[in-house]
Amino acid sequence: MDRVKINVNGADFEVDAGQNVLSACRSIGVEIPFFCYHERLKVAGSCRMCLVSVGTPARDRKTGEVVKNEDGSVKIAWLPKPSIACGTNVSEGMHVVTDSDAIRQCRGSILEFLLLNHPLDCPICDKAGECKLQEYANAYGNGVSRYCESKNVKPKRREVAGKIILDSERCILCSRCVRFCEEVIGRPIFGFTKRGSKTEISVYPGGDNDSNYLLNAVDICPVGALTEKAFRFQMRAWFLRTARSISPESSAGVNTTVWTREGRIYRVTPRDNEFVNDSWMSDSGRYFHIGRGARLSGARLDSSACDLPYAIDRCVEILRLSNFAIVASAFQTVEEMFLLKALAKAAGAPVYMVSHLGEDDGFLVSADKTPNLRGAFVTGLISEYPPDNLSALAEKIDSGEIKTVLCFDEDLKSLGLGSAHFKKANVIFCSSVENSSAVGAKVCVPLEGEMEKGGIWINRQFRMQRFEAVVERPKWAASAVEFLSQLLCRIGGADFETPDVGLLRSVIAERVPQLKGCADIPDCGTLIDASAFAGVKFPEKAAFKFDPASVGANGG
Amino acid sequence: MAIVVERKRLNFFERLYLPQIVSGLIITLKNLFRPKVTLSYPDQRPTLPDGYRGGPTLVKDSQGRQKCVSCQLCEFVCPSKAIRVTPGSIDPDGEYFYIEKAPKEFQINMLRCIFCGMCEEVCPEKAIVLQDEFTFAAQSREEMIFDKQRLYEAGGTLPDKIMKWKRVKDNADLERDSH
Repeated sequence: MDRVKINVNGADFEVDAGQNVLSACRSIGVEIPFFCYHERLKVAGSCRMCLVSVGTPARDRKTGEVVKNEDGSVKIAWLPKPSIACGTNVSEGMHVVTDSDAIRQCRGSILEFLLLNHPLDCPICDKAGECKLQEYANAYGNGVSRYCESKNVKPKRREVAGKIILDSERCILCSRCVRFCEEVIGRPIFGFTKRGSKTEISVYPGGDNDSNYLLNAVDICPVGALTEKAFRFQMRAWFLRTARSISPESSAGVNTTVWTREGRIYRVTPRDNEFVNDSWMSDSGRYFHIGRGARLSGARLDSSACDLPYAIDRCVEILRLSNFAIVASAFQTVEEMFLLKALAKAAGAPVYMVSHLGEDDGFLVSADKTPNLRGAFVTGLISEYPPDNLSALAEKIDSGEIKTVLCFDEDLKSLGLGSAHFKKANVIFCSSVENSSAVGAKVCVPLEGEMEKGGIWINRQFRMQRFEAVVERPKWAASAVEFLSQLLCRIGGADFETPDVGLLRSVIAERVPQLKGCADIPDCGTLIDASAFAGVKFPEKAAFKFDPASVGANGG
Repeated sequence: MAIVVERKRLNFFERLYLPQIVSGLIITLKNLFRPKVTLSYPDQRPTLPDGYRGGPTLVKDSQGRQKCVSCQLCEFVCPSKAIRVTPGSIDPDGEYFYIEKAPKEFQINMLRCIFCGMCEEVCPEKAIVLQDEFTFAAQSREEMIFDKQRLYEAGGTLPDKIMKWKRVKDNADLERDSH
C-alpha cells in the first residue's frame, strides 16, 4: 500500500495513503475525539467533534511548484477554518494540528451545544460508564453550563421493535443508527423527524421495524439514546468483566465479547473482526446461551445420582467391555475432537455425527447451526458431510454389532434411536445440557458448557478461531478435555501426554498438518488449508465475507 | 531491645502510706461536688455533633418518593463492599414513571460497613444518608444485612427543593403536543 508523509502536531509520520485523518492519527497514537464516525460505516460528518486544523504545502498558482519559506522550509497553506478529521483524507506533506487552543475551544463549544438539551440522567442511563458523551465531556468539556432556558422535552422510553428502548432526549443526532440500517441491514428503519433543536430519531409508526441485526444499532450508539431492552437496568457497565468468545449460534463463527459479573452473563456484544463479522452480530446470537435448556447438573448412574469420579470409572469399565461407537457433537472444540479421534483410533470405534441445518440468512447466521463441524473434518473424525439422523447407528445396534454408545451432547431419541436401542446398548451420555438421551442413559457425565470452556472452533471459512472461558466451570462438571484424556489414558492408546490444554495444542500442531499454527492463533483467527475438503458439499450459502467457491482454494 | 525504666525510690513520707490515701480521698471528694462529665448510657443518649457518621440509611423526598434510582455508584465506591444493589425498573404507568429506575433490592451489610460516608458523598440523588444510629446488634449475621424496607424505615424523609420528576410530569404532555 502507498504511504504518505504527514506532520501531526509538529512531528513527522508516515501513514497509509487513502485513509482519513482520523484513522491516520489513530494509527500513530494521536487521539481525536469523535461521535458520528464509525469505521464500518460511511462518513456523515454530522457531529463536528473531530475538528482539526489542516494545511497542505502551498503551491504557486502559475507554475504549480511548492512555495518555500525564507528559511527554505515548505510553506504550509492552512485552511482558514478547522476541518473534520473523519471527512478529510491524508495527502503527501499534509500538516495536522489536533491540540491547539483553537481546536480545544472548538471541542468545548461542540460539547456545550450537545449538552444544551441533554437530560443529564446519567444515574439512570444504561450507557453511563461507556458513554462517549460522558467521556468527552470529562476530557474536553467546559465543566459548567451557561444555559438557563428550559430544556427541550422529547419522548423518552419508547420501544422500537420490542427490543430497543429509544430515548430521544439523550440522542446527539449522530446518525450512526440511521446509516447502519441503510448500509448494513439494507433498509431504512431509523430516521430524523422535525427540525432544528427539535430534531429527533424516529421509526416509521406501525411499520415492520424488526430485523435480526437491529441490536447492533444499540452497540454503535455513542450515547444512551438506544438501549437494549433485555439489558436495561440489569447492571452498570463498570461492574462487568469481558471475555473474548465466539458465538456458537452457527458456523459463521461470529466473534463476540461476553460481559459477566460474578459468574452471571449479562450481555453479549460483537467483537470487531474484519475477516469474519466486522462489528456486527445477529440478535439471536446474543441470547443463544439462554435457550440452551436445563443443565445436566450432576453425574448419574442408571438415573440415580453418583460421584463424578465414580461415574468416570464406570464409563471406562463399560467402554472396555465391548465394541463401542462414538456420537460426536459439532459443539465440541478442536482439542476435544482431536482426543476423540485418538480414542476412536485406539479402540477402533466408528464415529457418527449429525448435521443440524436451518435457515441461512446470507449474512451472519449460516445454514449449519453448529459452530465447529469443519473441526470434525480437519481432525479426521468424519470425512463426509454427516446425515441429519443416526439411522446407520440404529441399524448397527439392532444387529448387535455395537453394544455401547459414547454420546456427546446429541439428543439421541430425536435422531432415530428408540427406547429399544437404549435397552440393547449402554449409552454413556456426556453433555452440559439435559435432553432425552440423559433419561435412558446408563451413565451421565456432566460436562462444562460452551461459555465455561476455552478452545478452538473452525468456522465456515475454514478460519480457526480461539475463544476463552467466560465464566467458571461449576465444581460438579467435568472439563471435557480432562475427561477425554482420562478415557484415552485408561483405555489405552495414548501415545502422547495431555497434562494441559497448552501442551495438547502443541501436540495437535505437530500431528495435524492443517492446524500447524493452532498453539498461537492471532485475534483475527487463521485461515487453514482446506484443499483436502474441496469435494465436500457444505450447505452454507454465499454470505457476508464468505464465498463458498473460494473455500478450498485459499490454501491457508 | 528492651528499654529499662528506672523507678524512683519512694521517700520516707511516701512510704508512710496513710498521707497518700488521704490525698487520694481529697481528689475523690473534690470530684464528687463537681458537675458530671459522663452520661448514664444507654438511659441517656449523647448529643451527636453535626456531620456525625452513623449507619447509612435511604431517604424519601417530601412527597414520599423513594429517592434512590439504583445507579449503583455507592456499591461501586464502597471500600468494604458492604452495599449490594439489584437494579429494577419503575412501572411506566405509575406516578413516578419519569424516574424510570429504582432498586428492586438494596442491601447493606452492617457487619461490613465501616461508616466512611463515601456512599453519601457519591450519591447523585442524595438518597443515601449516614444518620445518627450507631448501635447495631442482632442475634445472627443475616439480621445484620439490612434490606431496602428497613433502610427506608430508618431513613425517613429528607426534604428536597428539586422535584424534577414532578415538574417534568406536569409539563410532559403539554410540551410534547406543542411540536
